[in-house]
Amino acid sequence: MALDVFAPWDDPNAKPLIQFQNVTKRFGDFTAIDDLTVDIFEKEFFALLGPSGCGKTTMMRMLAGFETPTEGQILLAGEDIGPVPPNKRAVNMMFQSYALFPHLSIWENIAFGLRRDKMPKDQIGERVEEMLRLTRLEKFARRKPHQISGGQRQRVALARSLAKAPKLLLLDEPLGALDKKLRQETQFELMDIQETTGTTFVIVTHDQEEAMTVASRVAVMDHGKIIQVSTPDVIYEAPNSTYVADFIGDVNLLSGKADPQGDKLHMHWAEGQPAVVGSPLEGAIKGQDVHYAIRPEKVSISAEKPENAANAIQGEVHDIAYLGNISTYHVQLPGGQIIKAQSANNRRISRRAFTWEDKVWLSWTDTAGVFLER
Amino acid sequence: MRRMTWFNVTSLTFGFAFLYLPMVILIIFSFNESKLVTVWAGFSTKWYGEVLRNTAFLDAAWVTVKVAFLSSCLATILGTMTAIVMVRAGRFRGRTLFSGMIYAPMVMPEVITGLSLLLLFISLGMDRGVFTIVLAHTTFAMCYVSVVVSSRLVSFDQSLEEAALDLGCSPVQAFRLVTLPIIAPAVISGWLLAFTLSLDDLVIASFTSGPSATTLPMKIWSSVRLGVSPEINALSTIMILVVAIGVITASLINKRNVMRQRREEEAADKLA
Repeated sequence: MALDVFAPWDDPNAKPLIQFQNVTKRFGDFTAIDDLTVDIFEKEFFALLGPSGCGKTTMMRMLAGFETPTEGQILLAGEDIGPVPPNKRAVNMMFQSYALFPHLSIWENIAFGLRRDKMPKDQIGERVEEMLRLTRLEKFARRKPHQISGGQRQRVALARSLAKAPKLLLLDEPLGALDKKLRQETQFELMDIQETTGTTFVIVTHDQEEAMTVASRVAVMDHGKIIQVSTPDVIYEAPNSTYVADFIGDVNLLSGKADPQGDKLHMHWAEGQPAVVGSPLEGAIKGQDVHYAIRPEKVSISAEKPENAANAIQGEVHDIAYLGNISTYHVQLPGGQIIKAQSANNRRISRRAFTWEDKVWLSWTDTAGVFLER
Repeated sequence: MRRMTWFNVTSLTFGFAFLYLPMVILIIFSFNESKLVTVWAGFSTKWYGEVLRNTAFLDAAWVTVKVAFLSSCLATILGTMTAIVMVRAGRFRGRTLFSGMIYAPMVMPEVITGLSLLLLFISLGMDRGVFTIVLAHTTFAMCYVSVVVSSRLVSFDQSLEEAALDLGCSPVQAFRLVTLPIIAPAVISGWLLAFTLSLDDLVIASFTSGPSATTLPMKIWSSVRLGVSPEINALSTIMILVVAIGVITASLINKRNVMRQRREEEAADKLA
């Protein structure tokens, strides 16, 4: 049975909803966005991920109309939205601080945008009730924003920004103010609502887990540039640079000299250590500087040297981080480098196989990690 | 509760005596039967009757209220606009100088403000009267309004206005529907402050008024120069009463709002 996968970015005929075309934004001497080009498609849940100051919020504010590009164009459904003021855009935004109007009730907050559109009264009522149901806030309609909890406020903000049925919804760190458990629940709620309404969502976040959970595609940003745009699994398994590999999740990074051998690439990275073996890096020539990234959960740890492993190194357990469901072993190699290996704790702690200063073997297959050029 | 020591009781007594003794004496002597202010001759309310029959006083009171109302409204509009510009403008060269210049009239000696306004009105050939007093009071009251309103605007979340724009408001609508209702308490207190300042101003009004317009403080001042009469005491007592009622009502309203908000927040916490 063929499952219809949602991937308009792979379809050359798909028309993007939003197109950033060589957009640059400068504030005085500071370049917030640097010659950035990206397409976002309809019904996507697109995440802009990066450290603070990487330009992700500026991109969002340009979409909302609070900032205009210094150079380049932003097209929404093929139309340049540069000269369109925020109140004339079919784009709504959910603010990080929620920005609920404190003098209006929840009901009136949600109705606010509809009233501005001069929608007939009975239709406003219907639409507000629908939004209240969608966000499960029916009981709180008459309350003021300061009379409800933080999680409820977050849902009001979402309901208010969705009420006008925008073509595009912008979410600026929407879950930043919630505690971890509530945040995880809300992430799934957001995804459900996005699917139900079919609205295109662009979310700004610095929380990589959040981006991975909710997004159809993630754009990893740094210094006003997009370093990589792809689906969460590609970003995680096939990062295009050490920056992306390091930003998303936990990773071991090794650097050395390339040595192509047949259909594999070897990397010499430390005196007295066997070369790392992996799938080749396109265009890599002998002696070139390359990097190798491998996720801790793909490194196995064992007492005896495993047979037939493509990569195996011996070291000593330096530290153990016990996280309940998993343990991370920091294994020190004779050269001083530390490699992290993760294993699931499918046994109780009393029968744990390794402890501090044990000699152990680390091993992984030749497809477990990736070689990176930079 | 800490016990009151002998020292605390004494300093409290002296402090309050210093503040209120003059007013208490004024109020007591307003009920004096005798025409001589300093000699007590029994209780009477006849001077209150005299005040209410004195058309000169009533005219002056009407002028004062008119001036106070008009100037406080003008000062509130101008002061709020100034506050918004100053808070929103962000950092620019000479910002400190600008904001200093807005607040300078607060510490400027009133005599100088009054004199300079008088010179301006003369050079413009304006007839002095109610209108010029209104202008003069607006000038010095707007900086007080600006201070009160900017202190509220500093903590105003700018994204509220952006949210209003985002939901389809024009900038003017965003101000009217979102910003103004939220800063309204500060605007109202600014207005009240301007109103009170105008009510009791003597110096600037004296400089800028003409023969056609006399405010109540001016009237009292000129009457006192001919000798203090019990009538003046009665009039002053009425003014104290009016101001006291105003202040007490304002603080009661404020207290009730605070209590209500606290109750609502507690209710919300219980729900969360």
